[in-house]
Amino acid sequence: MFKAKAVSVPYLIWMAIFIIAPLVLVGIFALTDAEGSFTIENLSGIGRFTPVFARSIWLAAIATAICLLIAFPMAFAISRMSERRQNLFLMLVMLPMWMNFLLRTYAWMSLLENNGLINRFFGLFGIGPFQMINTQGAVVLGMVYNYLPFMILPLYSVMTKIDNSVIEAAQDLGASNGKVFSKVIIPLAVPGITTGITMVFVPSISTFIISRMLGGGGNLLIGDLIEMQFLGNSYNPHLGSAMALVLMVIVLFTMSITSSIDSEELEDMLI
Amino acid sequence: MEKDFIVQLDRISVSFDQEEVLNNFSLDIRDEEFVTLLGPSGCGKTTTLRVIGGFLMPDSGRVLFNGRDITSIPPYRREVNTVFQKYALFTHLNVYDNVAFGLRIKKKPESEIKKEVTEMLNLVGLSGFETRKTSAMSGGQQQRVAIARALVNHPKILLLDEPLGALDLKLRKEMQVELKRIQQSLNITFVYVTHDQEEALTMSDTVVVMNNGIIQQIGSPIDIYNEPKNAFVADFIGESNILPGIMHRDFTVSFAGKEFICVDKGFKPDEYIDVVVRPEDIKIGDYKTAQLSGVVKSTVFKGVHYEMVIDQGGFEWLVQSTLSEEPGTLVGMNIGPDDIHIMHRNGLDGEVDEVV
Repeated sequence: MFKAKAVSVPYLIWMAIFIIAPLVLVGIFALTDAEGSFTIENLSGIGRFTPVFARSIWLAAIATAICLLIAFPMAFAISRMSERRQNLFLMLVMLPMWMNFLLRTYAWMSLLENNGLINRFFGLFGIGPFQMINTQGAVVLGMVYNYLPFMILPLYSVMTKIDNSVIEAAQDLGASNGKVFSKVIIPLAVPGITTGITMVFVPSISTFIISRMLGGGGNLLIGDLIEMQFLGNSYNPHLGSAMALVLMVIVLFTMSITSSIDSEELEDMLI
Repeated sequence: MEKDFIVQLDRISVSFDQEEVLNNFSLDIRDEEFVTLLGPSGCGKTTTLRVIGGFLMPDSGRVLFNGRDITSIPPYRREVNTVFQKYALFTHLNVYDNVAFGLRIKKKPESEIKKEVTEMLNLVGLSGFETRKTSAMSGGQQQRVAIARALVNHPKILLLDEPLGALDLKLRKEMQVELKRIQQSLNITFVYVTHDQEEALTMSDTVVVMNNGIIQQIGSPIDIYNEPKNAFVADFIGESNILPGIMHRDFTVSFAGKEFICVDKGFKPDEYIDVVVRPEDIKIGDYKTAQLSGVVKSTVFKGVHYEMVIDQGGFEWLVQSTLSEEPGTLVGMNIGPDDIHIMHRNGLDGEVDEVV
């Protein structure tokens, strides 16, 4: 017992310095004004930004749902492959992550621009150009593209643990392919689903790069607002901290919802 | 096609990666029988089971169920249920919900499901375990859940793929008796796959011995043990001494340099054959008067008996006896006519196509 405690001391110090202290600082900043005296104005004033918060939640939720829809069948297909092909496909899934995040998002910019590759392609047939860049759709696309691997990997890791004989047992007991999915595979994949949702939703709701590069100025998200309070013209770390605090509450709230969903509710939701 | 065959496999061929697992395999299974497919790993016994269950589409051939062709019918529409080797329980469900799975798929009313599940848990001795998590159960209990989960659907046939393989010896023996009891009380067909010859002999009405995707012999456990058709069966079913010999005429055979009287007939004059003698059928006697004599090379105590290796003119006989002989002793061996089993040479042909 004593030894285990001794070993954990460095981590406890690390956590105190880099996790607890910043959180406390954010709390202090959020509850003080520029002169350092206590105020709740920062928090009570956040109501002004409700549309931005709503948009962030909405776009992150859409991106998460799309990721889940794409990743679920994909992860299942990969988990049923031979081991060699599994490794190959996992590498393909992670390959984009090896490239710089900014670079990837720039690439989408040049694809989606009014005189970008896609619109030029359409132009060959005399259609378009379509407005693709600076739309909410582009922001969602950026989120899905960047965070999809974070949905696939946890789903894959729970699905590889589902033995084929369990699937065959369900078929044997009369379950058609659809029933096998809804009654066996989805319930068994619930831990991966909740992890995946968290891992996509949290970075999506707090992103500012994707919304700025692909959303233009008109589709500000919470992340952009917070960034502006610290680095932008409207320098106000107190308001920024208050926003960060509210964002954290939203994230904790959604995480508590997803982790409380049990398999049966999820089954009902999906059918 | 005869009416009382519940399953007929008609010239089934299956291959994986160009490797033939079953080649023109035909087998007829009678209703309400306990049939065991017995053979070493890789002999095609599990493949045969998967073809019956519908998990594997044969490359060619037909699967008939009560005379009806079900070759292309998917598993979930067959009146067959399976007990898997690794139990394959649904870990997200408790015992009750595992057993109720099939009935719920069929949308039976919950009151009926409750009655059936309770009855079935009773049959497998798991009453009171309804709300238990399957992960909190022993291997034997998990296998009982798997059996109940399959049987509650009232299948016409229950397929069992080495269901006792993961259990320890004592539990395995108990489950063998139990499975036989369940089969007899429900009067349904069991098709059982195992590589354990003792298990096959204990439970089965009919044993199908397989090797390399070919049926070697079909018969009752007693027939298979006492009258193995070829060297493979003799070797696989229990320990045995197999040695070459010549069948001079009816009831007269010579092997190990001596002529013996036997009970077999109908061979060609002076036909080359193989002789099987079970180790427990050899009687140790005085070397001066016995049919054969040899020197004891080793003696091992096995509990019920001693197992000795006796060198007789270069051939090493395996002999089981309740009396031990010191290694180095010269002993005599006697073999009665009933204990000499004659087999055709090269009896391992692919043309064996028999009715169970």
